[in-house]
Amino acid sequence: METIKVTIDNKTVEVPKGTTINKAARKLGIDIPVLCWMELHDLNIENKPAGCRICVVEVQGRRNLAPSCVTKCEEGMVVKTHTTRVLNARRTVMEFILSDHPKDCLICAKSGNCELQAMAHQLGIREIPGQEIAAMSTYRKDTSPSIIRDLDKCIMCRRCEMMCNTVQTVGALSAVNRGFMAAVAPAFEQNLEHSTCTYCGQCVAVCPTGALTEVDHTPEVLRALADPAKTVIVQTAPAVRAALGELFGMEPGTLVTGKMVTALRALGFDYVFDTDFAADLTIMEEGTELLDRLTRHLNGDKTARLPILTSCCPGWVNFFEEYFPDLKDVPSTAKSPQQMFGAVAKTYFADKIGISRKDLVVVSIMPCLAKKYECQREEFSVDNNRDVDFSISTRELAAFIKQANIDLNNLEEGQFDSPLGESTGAGVIFGATGGVIEAAVRTAYEVYTGKKLSRLDFTELRGFEGVRSATIDFDGLPLNIGIAHGLGNARKLLNDVRSGKSQFHAIEVMACPGGCIGGGGQPLHHGDSEILKARAAAIYKEDKNKPLRKSHENPFIIKLYEEFLGKPNSEKAHHLLHTKYFDKKKKIIVKQ
Amino acid sequence: MAREKMQILICGGTSCSDKQSEALADNLKLELEANALENDIKVVRSGCFGLCNLGPVVKIVPGDVMYVKVTPDDAREIVSEHIMKGNKVERLLYKDPSGKTKSAEKELSVYKKQLRIVLRNCGIIDPENIEEAIAHDAYEALGKVLTEMKPLEVIKIIKDSGLRGRGGGGFPTGLKWEIAYKNKSDEKFVVCNADEGDPGAFMDRSVLEGDPHAILEAMAICGYSIEAHKGLIYIRAEYPLAVARLKTAISQAREYGLLGKDIMGTGFDFDIDIRYGAGAFVCGEETALIHSMEGMRGEPTVKPPFPAESGFMGKPTNVNNVETFACISPIILKGASWFSATGTEKSKGTKVFALAGKINNVGLIEVPMGTTLREVIFEIGGGIRKGKKFKAAQTGGPSGGCLTEKHLDTPIDFDNLTAAGSMMGSGGLIVMDEDDCMVSVAKFFLEFTVEESCGKCSPCRIGNKRLHELLEHITKGKGTLADLDRLKNMSYVIKDTSLCGLGQSSPNPVLSTLENFRDEYEAHVTVKKCPAGKCKDLMEYFIIAANCVGCTACARVCPVGAITGERKEPHFINPSICIKCGACMEKCKFDAIIIQ
Repeated sequence: METIKVTIDNKTVEVPKGTTINKAARKLGIDIPVLCWMELHDLNIENKPAGCRICVVEVQGRRNLAPSCVTKCEEGMVVKTHTTRVLNARRTVMEFILSDHPKDCLICAKSGNCELQAMAHQLGIREIPGQEIAAMSTYRKDTSPSIIRDLDKCIMCRRCEMMCNTVQTVGALSAVNRGFMAAVAPAFEQNLEHSTCTYCGQCVAVCPTGALTEVDHTPEVLRALADPAKTVIVQTAPAVRAALGELFGMEPGTLVTGKMVTALRALGFDYVFDTDFAADLTIMEEGTELLDRLTRHLNGDKTARLPILTSCCPGWVNFFEEYFPDLKDVPSTAKSPQQMFGAVAKTYFADKIGISRKDLVVVSIMPCLAKKYECQREEFSVDNNRDVDFSISTRELAAFIKQANIDLNNLEEGQFDSPLGESTGAGVIFGATGGVIEAAVRTAYEVYTGKKLSRLDFTELRGFEGVRSATIDFDGLPLNIGIAHGLGNARKLLNDVRSGKSQFHAIEVMACPGGCIGGGGQPLHHGDSEILKARAAAIYKEDKNKPLRKSHENPFIIKLYEEFLGKPNSEKAHHLLHTKYFDKKKKIIVKQ
Repeated sequence: MAREKMQILICGGTSCSDKQSEALADNLKLELEANALENDIKVVRSGCFGLCNLGPVVKIVPGDVMYVKVTPDDAREIVSEHIMKGNKVERLLYKDPSGKTKSAEKELSVYKKQLRIVLRNCGIIDPENIEEAIAHDAYEALGKVLTEMKPLEVIKIIKDSGLRGRGGGGFPTGLKWEIAYKNKSDEKFVVCNADEGDPGAFMDRSVLEGDPHAILEAMAICGYSIEAHKGLIYIRAEYPLAVARLKTAISQAREYGLLGKDIMGTGFDFDIDIRYGAGAFVCGEETALIHSMEGMRGEPTVKPPFPAESGFMGKPTNVNNVETFACISPIILKGASWFSATGTEKSKGTKVFALAGKINNVGLIEVPMGTTLREVIFEIGGGIRKGKKFKAAQTGGPSGGCLTEKHLDTPIDFDNLTAAGSMMGSGGLIVMDEDDCMVSVAKFFLEFTVEESCGKCSPCRIGNKRLHELLEHITKGKGTLADLDRLKNMSYVIKDTSLCGLGQSSPNPVLSTLENFRDEYEAHVTVKKCPAGKCKDLMEYFIIAANCVGCTACARVCPVGAITGERKEPHFINPSICIKCGACMEKCKFDAIIIQ
């Protein structure tokens, strides 16, 4: 590799050609502050509009200051990162940004976790000259089922836009207006609800300020918990336990399953259950559907459509309903684990404890913001009573725990309640990209071949590559599996399906880069992909530690079928655990 | 017979068209028909003559007699007197500021110091007739290039000529072509930047309206030189006449085999399409322009990569401005040294300026680089209107700087203007007189850049707004001396940190006025007075008792009842009621009311 030498703050470093000044400086331990720039290195995601101009540096021989985030090093370049000129410019630009930003940090959802706030602190800004005559750009606030947009706080870093367009190819957000009123919004400044938004929440996950936040449903949960007439149960998604600890000062990748259970119990939930149980149930239904379609396909049945697509990710479901409504019979009809859990809880479990579904409140803790929308979908209600009443994110749960004066660090390890809290390792790995299909393979292989698997770790299905594929030998039948995470990657595979080019038998899709561990409701990663890797590692660790690692071996799943559902894909299972999809292609509504 | 060659040229530019030059042309034709002269004398709607405040302009050849401010009703007299009897219509002849009547074009002081390379055919040919263009050497340079020269030879001539980009930046054109040539690709593009976002400049529009083939030819030459086969003209949709003439020219050129496949049978393919812009100032910046053409938001991206490496659709793209392209064919035909003989050491050739503001001859002029501001303003421009005193000239459009008395004898070229705190920009030149408040002038220009910022980078998006607010504050008499330092600091930072040329130059009006008219700023913030008497909040209408005869006219005209006084007694204006509308001052016949 061709290398070049640059001198930064009188220190010389050799870097590969094409390295930016900012990265070269980091090699020297010089941390030039950045604001709009963000990178998720292992996921190939980079935001570099060079718009905020905070990271400017002086380059010898250059007329004006250079944005270090995008300016590439050149041989012999001499850079200064903290001259009076640079520091004055950086401060003045920061003062500009802050002069057009609300000062309600005290009550902002992002307080303490805001990159702008941290930068203001780092630069030692104590006053904003001319604030008294400075107009602010203000906008209409927009609340959708999952996401709140408060553009008064938008600093035009364009991260959300990059996520929505380049990574997710959803195209809901782009820059609108010019000059001082420029902001990122749906076309024609419509509400998010009327846009193509899938509620994947990746915009929220990368927003450095309080401009994009989740809708907070904890007040509703608190009200339910305070109501003596209600039995309130909770389910926790697999990715939550691998990330919640970060919000209590623990290292990324710390598993807090037991402590989380104790905390939830302390919050007053009557039963603490696990979405992993429903994940096992999903494998039974989806796996059976896969084998059914596969067998019919192999027998020459032209109506059996392959590949089968997973359907547990609500952002992904929203995406194909919006962009691929013509393929709506391709995904599995299995509901997501969250909704399977709700359906079983409000029937089987409500019966078991002898209460009506109206007196049972189901709360889910999810790494996801699309789950908020999913549980509000009409088809997931019976007589206006939702299967899952409220969905709150990992971040909301952490705030809730803190408000209840509970210190997660010092809690005992608790155990999930029975029966809906028992799960296998297969349910756990749903939280990382490739996990659902790996869990499905573990079960489908044994059901299809009638043989025991010799190995359970399908490492070929794991990793952070955006599109992955593997062929698994089903006792002579080569099963082609595709995996995509990030909706832009999913689009590629879907286009192949649409054009008939796809060679896959089954495809797993997760809307969020990295899968649920990188969900829009997770603790903010602030552009550190090491955090995502640590969370994925934690998920696989939990799987490894489980005594049972195949969904069909979960005794409580077996019992559920025996006592209630009959067998997978039975009529009852279909009624409760399967759904259908709709053509939701949006028409642009300019008038609201 | 000499009469056969007689032509009546009528300016068909936008400005004259707005003043009924089309109806005038129709009337002239009718008059000629009525006198059975229609076959002998041709009526031509030409491009702009540059005398925009004197339009519609009519020129009669031979003799080059110029008639100005001609109305459709004047057609009969022109035909009956000038055409039929050979008598000039005196009342329509141009009169210079001293009142002397000038009839022939070359006698006009406005033309005397001009050298027309870019505007060579404007006002001479019918822009909608390709044969007229060809008769004036159009496509001859293209023929020469295609049959006699290799791409690098063409590039060398352009490099040797010293031609620099006329869009504002002044980047050497030949070098730009060379970089585009060297970047090998299966597809390349030639883009003509006809966005012309400076609201005071209209030379690009005039060239496109008056001589569209010059641009098409130059783009094809560029295409041949950089090995591109596709040209795109990015033009604002608010230039309908230019668009229409371009469309006509393109289809005529295709018909004549001068565009399209196998041009002139040489095997070289080159075709041109038009792309419309919505009129954003920032889209004159080449990366923003390219994004706009791609259907994206018109906002700039960081360079490098330069368009020559990765431009339209990610392909090597050469972007030149209309005026730059207009220089190409003459350079090819007459040689690099012919072009470089004109101008200064580092700025060769000519530059077109759009004169505006408090100047007698408002319009379009083309002068050799190195002409002084004094020559432009006082000789070509005819001096300051109403005999007022010259105060400043803003060059380079809204983000240029203000030049003063001390710059009057500086030769105008790229480097001298930059050194003086301004820039060449697109060539807008706005003249200000003693009545102009320089703080308000800076505020006025800032208002434009605030409006036109794309909003991508924070210094331009927010900083310019803050500059404008502070100027507003100062013109309201609320500023302090410390605010002047803040203005300066913000301006420097915005220039130093903005992403594209817009923000990098937008504070120029502030910095240059602060530098050259600091006393005026200080008057605003210390004694709270506007020396030019322009800032409403800082002025007070006052009645000089000695002059007031008590006629009550002022009190009667005052819309808010701020003036009191007995008949035949001196009156008084209550400043707390007065809204400073100026009605009283206009009404007073005794010069008793003044502004303080």
